[in-house]
Amino acid sequence: MVALVLSDAGADKGGKAGCPSGLAPTSTAPRSDHQEGMADPAPFVRIDTSGAAVLELSVKGAKCAGCIGKIERGLLSVPGVTDARLNLSTQRLSVKWTPGAVQPRTITQTLDRLGYEARPFDPVAGARAVDEEGRFLLRCLGVAAFASMNVMLLSVGVWAGFGTGDMGEGTRTLFYLISGVIAIPCALYAARPFFRSAWAALSKGRANMDVPISLAVVLTLAVSILETLMQGEHAYFDGVSMLLFLLLIGRYLDHLFRERARTAAKELLALTAISAQRLMRDGGVELVSARDIAVDDRILLSPGDRAPVDGVIETGASEVDRSLVTGESAPVAARAGDVMHAGVVNLTRPLTLRASATADASLVAELARLIEAGEQNRGAQMRLVDRAVKYYVPIVHTLAALTFAGWMIALGLDHWRIALMNAAAVLIITCPCALGLASPAVQVVATGKLFKRGVLVRSGDALERLAVADTVTLDKTGTLTLGRPKLVSTHSAQALASAARLARISRHPLSRALVEAAGPGEAAKDAREYPGEGVEAVINGRTVRLGRRAFAAPQASVCDGDQVSAEAIGASEIWFCDGVSAPERFLFRDGLRPDAAEAVKRLEALGLPAMLLSGDQPAAVEAAAREAGMTRFFAALSPGDKIDRLKALSAAGKRPLMVGDGLNDAAALASAHVSAAPGGAVDATQAAADLVFQGEKLSAVPDAIIVARQARRRVIENIGFSMVYNVLAVPAAMAGFITPLIAALAMAGSSLAVTLNALRIREERS
Amino acid sequence: MTALAILIPAALSLGALALIAFMFTLRAGQYEDIEGTAARILLDDDDAPPASRS
Repeated sequence: MVALVLSDAGADKGGKAGCPSGLAPTSTAPRSDHQEGMADPAPFVRIDTSGAAVLELSVKGAKCAGCIGKIERGLLSVPGVTDARLNLSTQRLSVKWTPGAVQPRTITQTLDRLGYEARPFDPVAGARAVDEEGRFLLRCLGVAAFASMNVMLLSVGVWAGFGTGDMGEGTRTLFYLISGVIAIPCALYAARPFFRSAWAALSKGRANMDVPISLAVVLTLAVSILETLMQGEHAYFDGVSMLLFLLLIGRYLDHLFRERARTAAKELLALTAISAQRLMRDGGVELVSARDIAVDDRILLSPGDRAPVDGVIETGASEVDRSLVTGESAPVAARAGDVMHAGVVNLTRPLTLRASATADASLVAELARLIEAGEQNRGAQMRLVDRAVKYYVPIVHTLAALTFAGWMIALGLDHWRIALMNAAAVLIITCPCALGLASPAVQVVATGKLFKRGVLVRSGDALERLAVADTVTLDKTGTLTLGRPKLVSTHSAQALASAARLARISRHPLSRALVEAAGPGEAAKDAREYPGEGVEAVINGRTVRLGRRAFAAPQASVCDGDQVSAEAIGASEIWFCDGVSAPERFLFRDGLRPDAAEAVKRLEALGLPAMLLSGDQPAAVEAAAREAGMTRFFAALSPGDKIDRLKALSAAGKRPLMVGDGLNDAAALASAHVSAAPGGAVDATQAAADLVFQGEKLSAVPDAIIVARQARRRVIENIGFSMVYNVLAVPAAMAGFITPLIAALAMAGSSLAVTLNALRIREERS
Repeated sequence: MTALAILIPAALSLGALALIAFMFTLRAGQYEDIEGTAARILLDDDDAPPASRS
């Protein structure tokens, strides 16, 4: 019933993108109206083993039960579709139908009508749907849980019975034997993730946290077997099982984060999974995947199409949107002979393109490589916990060896059994169980808190890096501003309405902004659009023109008393002339986000001076910087220049936070210390960013920094806590005072304390 | 002591049963989409398709 209400509420909103329930903020980016042209997914349909046609799509904007119901029911009501299943966690939709019964294009069109943007997943580039590593960890976790529950059942019996003297030695040994039969195979099974990782590190001549874990597991099992056979009391089967159980929880949480980051990186590959219309020699058009385009193929680009590869325009004249590549929002005229980069959108007229590079060698693929390089570079930075472990491992191993040697000397060679047992006790008590949970637990709580506020954290260590950021660099278009032009001049309602009638037939961003300001109404009949010039129509017998000055009002001087030219204030203009009254000038500017100035001030209060890095013209950049209260700004930067600026900051010992949204920012985002992108950014840029924030408000960035700093404090506290506990427990273990009961209590207690400390973040104000 | 001979195997087999059930749910892919599963509880299976409802 709830879902029914939700999906009905969504239906009223018509074609608006985003969550129909209104629970999640809708995207700030204008919806791409060029769906039909670019999204024919026919080349990406495959036939599965049961003979059904399958299409995997990446769906944007699905967030709740209403979305699932709306999408799945909407698709199932298309005749011929047999199955539609949406995975809300990965935003992946799988649609099945009887081959031939449905046009693949109908699927994307249906989704578009429902208000969701969908893009086909390339079955070649798109990786496996099932997360094998996650399943493996869960299997190990299940086995460890089974072992620790059952062994603990027996151990509690031993502690209760033997402590009070009600249990004989024979019964105790029997209990230990049963524990061993359960624990040994289970521990060997469940410890495989640690064995593998430890072996991989050792064979490269390094040590990681898994080396002491593996050693402790093996050594403790061996000592416990020995103890049991000798009918002694120091068997640690319960400790080993519980240790593995707790460590695997931390490991699985960590894995979930990494997997989420990887999934987002795959989105980048989906960007290359676009289809194109290839012109054949006989004049016909065939639909191919961008990957199949060879150099010198001729491609037809309809208005709204995105260029699939780099190429040169052969015939046609149009306007193109190059914002994906340069970050500049204003459309640029393109003529025969001009170079088109992959990712550029054709706006007004059909073009024929001759491919000059394959999809792999095109600019988008090049950017993908830059991003990858930046991320690898960043992966080399050590995480807090890893840094702690680096000092921890050698100390622990030295202590264990000293314990063994000390007891051998003190008791003589005959008592090697006691020496070995005490050494094992040192290893098991120092096993970094709380350390393994310290950081994942905090990450889960902190990212959960941020998620509720519309900030998505993409990688596990992003919060750690965000907490130490000390400079912020912002992109202008789409980041500091909303990324779409807004009408800023004032006009009479009548002038606005008649201009909007012409504007309605054009896809030009300025026309759309004009229509947005005028509200709903009729479009002019028989209007003609001249690419790069404007729109002309005949209304009431008079020729009416809307467009650039030279086209619409060539005779007009600057007439309305307003002496400034549009460029001087960083604005764009279009003119409207109805042949009777004086020509009207419409001024547009890219509006700042409503709280941009406040957010910049808050960032500076947090100790992050802000700097504006833009590819736009100096006048526009200066105007935006002044309005947002920023004193440092750089204009007309190429993507490479932005990276150089960031490198210079890093070289000066700064840790820059980069906020940007264009594809031209993607490489800069990846090379910054930490990065954020607004939810309206292109997929590739979101994939390169560490954080993605939804909604129109820029204050999500300072909010996230505050939470990240809280999280960092909690992680350091947790590491400190694990250390203190070790400092207290190690001398006792070395002296041989540790019994299995104390080891188990200490282990569970420290893990619990670390988890509770992490939960404090939820209650903290920010 | 005879109680133990019954109780321990009983406890173990209950635990093993839970483990087998867990392995089954894992293999059936029930942990692939945790958010979606939580949301699907709100959907009614017996709803008429949207076309006939409106």
